[in-house]
Amino acid sequence: MTTGSTEKVNGAKALIKCLEKEGVDTLFGYPGGQIIPFYNELYDSDLHHILVRHEQAAAHAADGYARATGKTGVCVSTSGPGATNLVTGIATAYMDSVPIVALTGQVPTSLIGNDAFQEADITGITQPITKHNYLVQKAEDIPRIVKEAFHIASTGRPGPVLIDLPKDVQNTEIDLQYPDRVELRGYKPTYKGNTQQIKRAAEEIANSCRPIIYAGGGVISSNASAELVELAETIMAPVTTTLMGISSIPTEHPLYVGMLGMHGCKYANYAIQESDLIIAVGARFDDRVTGKIESFAPNARIIHIDVDPAEISKNVKVHVPIVGDAKQVLKSLNKYVQRCKSEEWIEKVNQWKKEYPLTYRKSQDTIMPQFVIEQVSEACRDAIIVTEVGQHQMWAAQFFKYSKPRTFLTSGGLGTMGYGFPAAMGAKVGRPDKTVINIAGDGSFQMNSQELATVVQNDIPVVNVILNNGYLGMVRQWQELFYDRRYSYTFIKGSVDFVKLAEAYGALGLRAERPSEVRPAIEEAVRSGRPAVVEVIVECEANVYPMVPAGAAINEIIDLEEH
Amino acid sequence: MKHTLAVLVENKSGVLSRVASLFSRRGYNIDSLAVGVTEDPDISRITIVVHGDDHVLEQVTKQLNKLIDVIKVSDIGADDAVERELALIKVAADVDTRSEIMQIANIFRARIVDVAPKSMTVEVTGDENKIQAIEKLLRQFGIKEMVRTGKIAMVRGPKKV
Repeated sequence: MTTGSTEKVNGAKALIKCLEKEGVDTLFGYPGGQIIPFYNELYDSDLHHILVRHEQAAAHAADGYARATGKTGVCVSTSGPGATNLVTGIATAYMDSVPIVALTGQVPTSLIGNDAFQEADITGITQPITKHNYLVQKAEDIPRIVKEAFHIASTGRPGPVLIDLPKDVQNTEIDLQYPDRVELRGYKPTYKGNTQQIKRAAEEIANSCRPIIYAGGGVISSNASAELVELAETIMAPVTTTLMGISSIPTEHPLYVGMLGMHGCKYANYAIQESDLIIAVGARFDDRVTGKIESFAPNARIIHIDVDPAEISKNVKVHVPIVGDAKQVLKSLNKYVQRCKSEEWIEKVNQWKKEYPLTYRKSQDTIMPQFVIEQVSEACRDAIIVTEVGQHQMWAAQFFKYSKPRTFLTSGGLGTMGYGFPAAMGAKVGRPDKTVINIAGDGSFQMNSQELATVVQNDIPVVNVILNNGYLGMVRQWQELFYDRRYSYTFIKGSVDFVKLAEAYGALGLRAERPSEVRPAIEEAVRSGRPAVVEVIVECEANVYPMVPAGAAINEIIDLEEH
Repeated sequence: MKHTLAVLVENKSGVLSRVASLFSRRGYNIDSLAVGVTEDPDISRITIVVHGDDHVLEQVTKQLNKLIDVIKVSDIGADDAVERELALIKVAADVDTRSEIMQIANIFRARIVDVAPKSMTVEVTGDENKIQAIEKLLRQFGIKEMVRTGKIAMVRGPKKV
């Protein structure tokens, strides 16, 4: 099971050597008392460590790194508060199935359970938000556990794994031997879809006149974009994506009908509702997608391809379940399918597309937030777009034209405000060749703005475009539409001068107050090659449309003209 | 509808808590739970009685299977399985009632495992119905204390779970 010679090292050094064996080159972290032995060894190692200013940012950065590169991200913190500060980042990664490994210091084994200084039961706390976690009891277990952790995080349905490392375990000397494979009898993900089921799916497709492909984040995490597009083009079916599935097919592909669900395109929602066959790939029929579940796609048969068997028939009844990796299943499905009788259907969908385009009220004097996204899209075609959570996130999903997978990183499942900036930082570290832009709101940005220090110290040129409307906009929108415009605690105008804030940290700060200033500011920020903040003063009560109210069927849509 | 699940897990610390917290987190109800080691010292067996329709059972099974430390989950049908629970029942007893309690115990093939001037303790093994039946009969004497294990179950014949 093991190869190579053994060497005597302490647990901390063993951990670093194991990380190197796993191909890790970058860590995001923050030191503290119970993780000092690890940091002591890190001082002499070749691993690149980015010192964040809050542990939450370390977890999000590892997440952004993982989403942008497809590799497993790693974050480190100390015990107690350091570890609990990772929790939101771990939960974010868990909900969106992102492979990260979190390393936490822990009080010495002799003190565990004693309410020692900076002790927290982090394996207990993170049990429901990790794919698996470990409390290392013996230093000898470190190599096996690291091997297993990276295996579990990155295979099957990916997800976060946490390793809790008591200080004495980090200090204990062991004979280091790194195992070259894992033995986990309780963990054997299925990758290859059942051939019979794939043939049944092909038959369903052949019999369908109104098929639609519904693609989720699984397409991106399994790198199945090419296979997805091939399927759509072969059978001639429109493709809609979830928020997590955005960028799995180019926005401008003629068969793409945009995002579906609560803030989805009208034509995407109409198409899924009227379809006779849904081919779901790496998506999970989440409530933001289906709306009122009883009214969802009433006439459709459903093929569901997912690597996680627990997602099949969880929310909707599935007619042809296929458990397997999206890429592998689509590859073999593509061998059996042919063009289906969808000419009329495609025509109808295209008609809807013309009739109900995504749109907004244009203005000469005020900067409309959607306009800003369009300007970013034109100025930085190939950028990686990262978002915070709220209205700006939906506009970034709706109005940027994506062309390649892994270029739209957003907290879809947990909806974590404060995710975007640190995740953008991680993405930029992982993909230094790409322009990385964080689309933010003035509310979200303030949740992790301290990371300006990190990007300046480590020279990570991320551009933050803040759509400043002076409100916690998405909540304000709900208050406007459903709570009689009672804007209870959503007004935040004048919180801070974002330009001065950027400058205080040594970053570039720019402001756009008129439509004509938007494009030059974005271009200047990108060209500067420096960490930057572009504050854009936008229309303060713009809403995200279309919108399906919570609990309504997804074709019961509130649109712009009604308000 | 009640189902008895036999869950084979790695015999490691923390596994029971992962299984139990999964039930509470996903909103499934556990009717009874029993844990013990198996013929393989590295494997523990958790027997869980859960109620719910087929959809709930399917989700429970799939979610359990997602836990890394869970090796296998089997639904044991009541018809072709031996199911047992054990109960210790401390009954108020004196010279007048002692022999009647012993008679009842005999009928149920239960055993008297402790006798004191004012009480007797009955040990009874059987399926849920049998234990409920003896409990009901002993209640007239005054049950001072009762403790029951969760159900354990094994498929009849040569088949293993």
